[in-house]
Amino acid sequence: MKRRSFIKTTAAGAAATAAPAIWSAAKAQARNETLLIVGESPPNSMDIHGVGANRPAYEVSWNTHDRLITYGVKKDANGNDHYDYTKLEPELATDWNVTPTSATFKLRRDAKFHDGTPITAKDVKWSFDRAVKVGGFPTFQMAAGSLQKPEQFVVVDDHTFRVDFIRADKLTLPDIGVPVPVIMNSELCKKHATAADPWAMEWCKNNHASGGAYKVERWQPGQEVVYARYDDWKNGPLPKVKRVIMRIIPSAGNRRALLERGDADLSFDLPSKDFSELRNSPKLTVIGTPIENAMMYLGMNVNQKPFDNVKVRQAVAWALPYQQIMDSVMFGQALPLFGGADNKFKGVYWPQKDGYKTDIAKAKALMAEAGFANGIETTLSFDLGLASTNEPLTVLIQESLAQIGIKTTINKIPGANWRGELLKKNMPMITNAFGGWLNYPEYFFYWCYHGQNAVFNTMGYKNPTMDALIDKARFTSGPEYEAAVKGFIDIAFEEVPRVPIFQPLLNVAMQKNVTGYRYWFHRQLDYRQLMKG
Amino acid sequence: MLKMLLSRLATAIPSLIGVVIVTFMLTRLLPGDPAAYFAGLAASPQAIAEIRTKLGLDKSLPEQFVAYISDLLHGNLGNSLSTGQPVVAEIATRLPASGELTLAALILAVCIAIPLGVLAAVKQGTWIDHLCRIVTTAGVSLPVFFTGLLFAYVFYYLLQIAPAPTGRLDVFLSPPTHITGFYLIDSALTGNLETFWGALRQLALPAISMAIFSLAPLARMTRGSMLSVLGSDFIRTARASGLAPRTVVFTYAFRNAVLPVITTLGMVFSFLLGANVLVETVFAWPGIGLYAVNALITSDYAPVQGFVLTMALLYVALNLAIDCLYGLVDPRVRLDS
Repeated sequence: MKRRSFIKTTAAGAAATAAPAIWSAAKAQARNETLLIVGESPPNSMDIHGVGANRPAYEVSWNTHDRLITYGVKKDANGNDHYDYTKLEPELATDWNVTPTSATFKLRRDAKFHDGTPITAKDVKWSFDRAVKVGGFPTFQMAAGSLQKPEQFVVVDDHTFRVDFIRADKLTLPDIGVPVPVIMNSELCKKHATAADPWAMEWCKNNHASGGAYKVERWQPGQEVVYARYDDWKNGPLPKVKRVIMRIIPSAGNRRALLERGDADLSFDLPSKDFSELRNSPKLTVIGTPIENAMMYLGMNVNQKPFDNVKVRQAVAWALPYQQIMDSVMFGQALPLFGGADNKFKGVYWPQKDGYKTDIAKAKALMAEAGFANGIETTLSFDLGLASTNEPLTVLIQESLAQIGIKTTINKIPGANWRGELLKKNMPMITNAFGGWLNYPEYFFYWCYHGQNAVFNTMGYKNPTMDALIDKARFTSGPEYEAAVKGFIDIAFEEVPRVPIFQPLLNVAMQKNVTGYRYWFHRQLDYRQLMKG
Repeated sequence: MLKMLLSRLATAIPSLIGVVIVTFMLTRLLPGDPAAYFAGLAASPQAIAEIRTKLGLDKSLPEQFVAYISDLLHGNLGNSLSTGQPVVAEIATRLPASGELTLAALILAVCIAIPLGVLAAVKQGTWIDHLCRIVTTAGVSLPVFFTGLLFAYVFYYLLQIAPAPTGRLDVFLSPPTHITGFYLIDSALTGNLETFWGALRQLALPAISMAIFSLAPLARMTRGSMLSVLGSDFIRTARASGLAPRTVVFTYAFRNAVLPVITTLGMVFSFLLGANVLVETVFAWPGIGLYAVNALITSDYAPVQGFVLTMALLYVALNLAIDCLYGLVDPRVRLDS
């Protein structure tokens, strides 16, 4: 009987779904004060220092924690808000004093963690110590700004904190504003620390010891994160939106449908084609910002035949179907990095246009000069995790290279294996993307061209002249710095171990009544500036 | 009866041991490197090595296996790296989600398929028989994700009568107090009508798309099995003795025809439970299939092992339940065993 009545209800339910939902007035109010974001992948930790914390976890951390300093804002070419990497602004620190050997921060006196404990310099030290001691990504990111040892972090008094420099590094202060050096409630964490786990890594995975603008109200791993505003937040202007819900919707088509129907307020994760179509929608705002210091490129393994020959690499660079890629792979949602006036340095910024464009005749001549007039066979690999871009991209490249006698087999590598394959550095040719947080040319080159051979130097490129220039650029300024940058960019264009193709855009689509969106270098959403209505 | 249950359970033990060993080996044989995957943006070989040590992946295979078994005996299936949660807790929250969806779909399918199959067999060659044929052909030839996407497009996007495909509950409703993990049951027990209604609305489209797929084998099996029983001697005898057609069909024929239908039901149920990844993806349903596939994509060993083990346990339980059901339906089976 029970079963029958259940069926009846199901049938009745299916028939009656047209009836209006039973919303109470309070619910409608809640809807107006809540921002619903739909995304593709869920955070895997509440702790940015945790092992393998992913990008969505950075977003949680960014919105729920404070850092000592943050970045200012400017308008970009399209009049949208864009963080300004030249301007550091107060967050927990109200002001700071930099000498050649140290930086001293004055902390806000009335700032409190979510549990009401005042935020003091010992919390800052504990958190910085944690970031340099736990290993993995946080420690490496700290080291990128020469923040390496706990002894560098000094508690002067409750509201004064000092960072001693181990070397003069222009990235030290900017690195204090990135998502990693968050300020955690040290007393609360210590309560949950054990001898085996002195930094309370286990507890912090699922709990917050923070004092940022938003608190996590509910986290259902893999499904949603619900945030509530921390009304007592002192480290910046109080956010306008009271509640933020981040829901995971795995199907891209449904994310678009939710936006178009007005059920969701904002989404990043849509295919380029959808963004280019939504640009014309009267109901939605679409903002595309060029991702700083990032590019999609074709990399060639310089330690293998035939790509050890610079002429072959140049031939490939002259043979890529650049414009076709822009039009039919990216639907115009990217900036070209080809077809510049010449193959030389154009200014201290990165990425920039090189002088290559599609010129099959020139490419053929170079192949002949290199002694490969009869053609070669090779493989072109890509990350299946990013197949929506990579798949059409590699097919176009395959067709184009066939015209100059390079016969390629496309090798699709599952997302989980991609990093491992990159590390082996034995794939002859790949398409890949890389982006660095800190917007300095030498930062990109340090990861991608330097002979230290980091995983992102996917070409295995080693050139002592270039290494010297990169190292010089990292620790100098003025004309000397500019000369070094010019030097390594010219070499990169001439030797083309990687062929820049385009600079991707960070696209976001939102309802017309959502305003205040700001682009951040970490490419995650900052809820604190958003407004609705 | 109890003896039979115990002996059945005992036979399941070797297969469970086999499952444990095979899943452990298989996940290690996969070419992915979880340490490289989870090392993050600034992955230098040193960072990856550190993560490998942290995850215990630098130990030899036998050492890893011993650690795995001892964890298993303590009821610990390890931690998922991609969601950061203990696998046991994750499966405990996701299994009811899949269970609720699968059961709703199956109940719906049974309610349509069995009457349809019986009628098609009784009135062979009439319009209802053709209808049965059309429905079953359509059911198997329309993949679940296709019907799911089509439904979402038509009923949500175009007609706007279905709720947004955002998972088990509307974004602005809170989940009911956890009792069974089945939202419909929990909200009904706590008298939370708004949540019950919300959960039911969310359940409707995915359950219907899955029901369409699963009613095909059930209807065909019912029809086939009814036909063979209706053609047998004892039915002719019953008819000749002047029993009412209703008694002949339901009491005599259907009861005898139902055994293969139950077998199919068991198979369809277990198939749906593990293989409804596509429906879960389309409707953002936080089920166990989606969890396992995401884990596979990221070479996240622990959830994959946990998933396979859970499914193996479920299959054992399901087979046992079906065996018991046979005995209830047909006394001859009970005697045989």
